Amino acid sequence: MEILMSILIGFLFMAAVYLILSRSLLRIIIGTGLLSHGTHLLLLTMGGLGGESAPVLADGITDYADPLPQALILTAIVISFGVTAFSLVLAYRAYKVVDTDNMDLMKGNEDND
Amino acid sequence: MINLLLFPVLIPFLFAAVLLLFPKKVKAQRIVTMIGLLFALASSFVLLYKVKVDGVQTLTLGSWAPPFGITMVSDMLSALLVTSSLLIVFFVVWYSFTSIGEEREKAFYYPAILFMLTGVNGAFTTGDIFNMFVFFEVLLMSSYVLIVLGGEKIQLKESIKYIIVNVVSSSLFVITVGYLYSVVGTLNMADISVKLAEIGPSGIVTVIAVLFLIVFGIKGGIFPLFFWLPGSYAAPPIPVLALFGALLTKVGVYAIMRTYTLFFTSDVGYTHNLLMILSILTIVVGCIGALAYFDVKQIIIYNIVIAVGVILFGASVMNESGMMGSVFYLIHDILIKGALFLFIGIIIKITGTSDLRKMGGLIKRYPMLGWSYLIVAFGLAGIPPLSGFIGKLLIVQGGFEAELLWQSIFILASSLLVLLSAIRIFIYAFWGEEKGEHLISPKKYRHLLAPAITLAGITVLYGVGAEYLVPFMADAANVLLDPSIYVDAVFEGVK
Amino acid sequence: MKTNDLIIQTATKVVFFIIFLFSIHIFFAGHYTPGGGFVGGLVMSSAIVLLMLAFDLKTVQEMLPINYTVVTAIGLLISILTASGSIFFNVPFFTHVFDDFYIPLLGETSIHTAMFFDTGVYLVVVGVTITIIQMIGGDE
Repeated sequence: MEILMSILIGFLFMAAVYLILSRSLLRIIIGTGLLSHGTHLLLLTMGGLGGESAPVLADGITDYADPLPQALILTAIVISFGVTAFSLVLAYRAYKVVDTDNMDLMKGNEDND
Repeated sequence: MINLLLFPVLIPFLFAAVLLLFPKKVKAQRIVTMIGLLFALASSFVLLYKVKVDGVQTLTLGSWAPPFGITMVSDMLSALLVTSSLLIVFFVVWYSFTSIGEEREKAFYYPAILFMLTGVNGAFTTGDIFNMFVFFEVLLMSSYVLIVLGGEKIQLKESIKYIIVNVVSSSLFVITVGYLYSVVGTLNMADISVKLAEIGPSGIVTVIAVLFLIVFGIKGGIFPLFFWLPGSYAAPPIPVLALFGALLTKVGVYAIMRTYTLFFTSDVGYTHNLLMILSILTIVVGCIGALAYFDVKQIIIYNIVIAVGVILFGASVMNESGMMGSVFYLIHDILIKGALFLFIGIIIKITGTSDLRKMGGLIKRYPMLGWSYLIVAFGLAGIPPLSGFIGKLLIVQGGFEAELLWQSIFILASSLLVLLSAIRIFIYAFWGEEKGEHLISPKKYRHLLAPAITLAGITVLYGVGAEYLVPFMADAANVLLDPSIYVDAVFEGVK
Repeated sequence: MKTNDLIIQTATKVVFFIIFLFSIHIFFAGHYTPGGGFVGGLVMSSAIVLLMLAFDLKTVQEMLPINYTVVTAIGLLISILTASGSIFFNVPFFTHVFDDFYIPLLGETSIHTAMFFDTGVYLVVVGVTITIIQMIGGDE
C-alpha cells in the first residue's frame, strides 16, 4: 500500500510541477492545488497506514489509525483552501488590471518597459 | 500569570479582530491599533523581565502534558525578538498615519498588520514544529494581503510571484515535517531534540536538515533562494516594505537558528558547513546587488540579504561568541532596517522618485533628515559605537575562534562594501546640486520624520548601551548552545 | 446579467433550508462524531452560494442583508474570547471544560467550551468564504 501511495504522490508532484512551470496563471494555481494534495497524501503516508479502525473514542478498540497526521492534514487543508481562494481572487484582479494571464507578459516593472 | 508568554501573540490577534468591525472609520482604526500595540509592547517587556529572572517560560496549550499538547516556549531569544518586532511595528504604524493614504487604511491595512504580527510573534514563540508552520501561514496570508493592498499594477504582478514561491515553500515545509514525523514520531520541538540525539548521525536526518534549510532559506532569502526577494519587496509602499524587510526574513533566519541548534547537532561537519558556505555566498551576492543598483529601494533590499548572510555565518560557527554576535546582530538588523526604510521612504516622498540619479542637494533644505540618515547608515555598516559594531565584532571573533580565518576577514571586508552602498545614497541624494521639485509640505515632512528619528535614536541607544544588553544576549546564546536547557524547561514536572 | 430560471429558483427556496438545517446538524454532530464548525460552515456557505447561483448577488444581498466581514470578525472574537476564558482561571490557554446541563425540550446534555469555540469557527468560515465569492463575482 505504501508503494502505491508513493507512486500516486510522485505522480501528483509531477503533474503539479508541470502545471506550475506553464505560462497560464490559472494552470499555475491548479498546479499549486495538486501540489498541496500530494503533500497531504505524503503526510498521511508518513504517519503509517496501519490501524484497523478510526481513531474515535469507543470501548474495546486497540488497533486504531494514527490520529495525528489526520489532524495535521485537516489543518493543512484548511490553510491551502484559504491560500487557493486568495490566489484565485488575486489572479482574477491581476487579469483585469494587467489584461493578460500570461506570466511571460507579467515580467518587469513599468519603468523598464 | 502562566499565560503571560502568549500575550504578545494574543493581544494583536484580539485587536485585529476588533478592527475588522469598523473598517471605514480611519481615526478609530488608528487609535485602536496604537492602544493594542502599546498593550502588547508592555506585556512583552514584562515577559522579557520574567524570562531574565526566572529562566525559560513554557506553556502547553489546553492543559495537555508535553509532548502531546502544543507547547509554547519563550526563551531569551524569542522574548527579545518578540519585543523588537512589536517595537518596529509600533514605529511603522506611526509612520503609516501620514504615509500610507486613507484608501489603504480603509481596506483593512491595520488589521492585516496586526494579523501579521500575530504570525510573526507566534512563530518566534512556538515550541511545536507544525504549529510553527501554522504561524508561518498566518503571517504569510497577512503579507499576501499587505503586498496587494492598493492594487497597483506592479503590486499585482509581483505579488503573484511572491505567493507562488511561498506556496511551494510551504508545501515543502509540510513535506519536511512529514519526513521528520516519520523518523521521530513527535512534533514537539523539545521532544524532537531528545529523540534525534538518541538516533545520532544518520543519512535521513541530514536530508531533513538540508530540506529545512531550503524551506527556511526561501523565507529568509539565503543564496540561491533569494531570487524572489528583490522584485517582490520593491512592489508594496514603503511602510509595508519596512515591515517585510525588518521582520519576514528574520522569521526564516530565526527558524534556521532554532532548528540548527536544537535538532541537527549530530552531523555538524556537513550541515553547518553547508550553512556557512551558503551564508558567505549570500553576502557576496548581496554586496554585488547593493552596489549595482541606483534604486534606493533595491540598495537597501540587497542589504537585507547581506545581513541574513552575516547572521547565519555567526550561527553556523556554533561557539559562544559567534552565537551571541548573531543574536546581537539579529536584533540590530530588525531595528536598523526598519529605520533605514523609513528614512528612504521620506527621501522618496520628497523627490517623488527612487532613482538616485534624479535626486540631489537635499541637505540644504532637510539637514535633520540628512544627518540622521548618515548616523543610521554608519550603524548599518557597524562603525563603533553604533549598533552594528558589537554584533559584527562578536561574529568575527567567533569566526576566528573556529579558525575560519578567510571567512572572517571576508565578513569584515563586506562591512566596507555595506558602508559604501549606504553612503552612496547619502552622496547622491544629499550632496550636489538641488534637483527636481520638492513634493512634500513641511508639516507632512515633520510628521514623517518624527517616528524615523525616534527609531534611529533607539538604534543608537542599542549600540551605546550594548554593555547593559550583554547579559540578555548571553542568556539567549546559552539556550541556543545548550539544548538541554530548552528541553528541561519544556518537560519540567513531567519526567 | 438577468437570470430567469424558474425551476432552480423554486427548488432553491426549499433546498436552501434543508441545507441550512443539515449544516446545523453537522455542526452539533461534531461533538463526538465527524463534523464540526469548519465543515458545518462550509455547508452553510454552499447553501448561500446556491442562492447566489439561482438568483443574483444583489437579490441575495437584499434577502440576507449581512456584512460578511463583520460575521468573520464576530466569529474570531467568539473563538478567541472563549479560549481566553482560561486566562482568568490561570490555567493554560485553550483549556477545555464541560459539564452536564438540563435543557428544556432537549433534556440532559453536556455543554463544552469547545462548542462555543466551534461556533466562532463556523461564523469565520461562512464569513470568509462568502466574502471571497462576493469579491470574485461582485464586478461584471
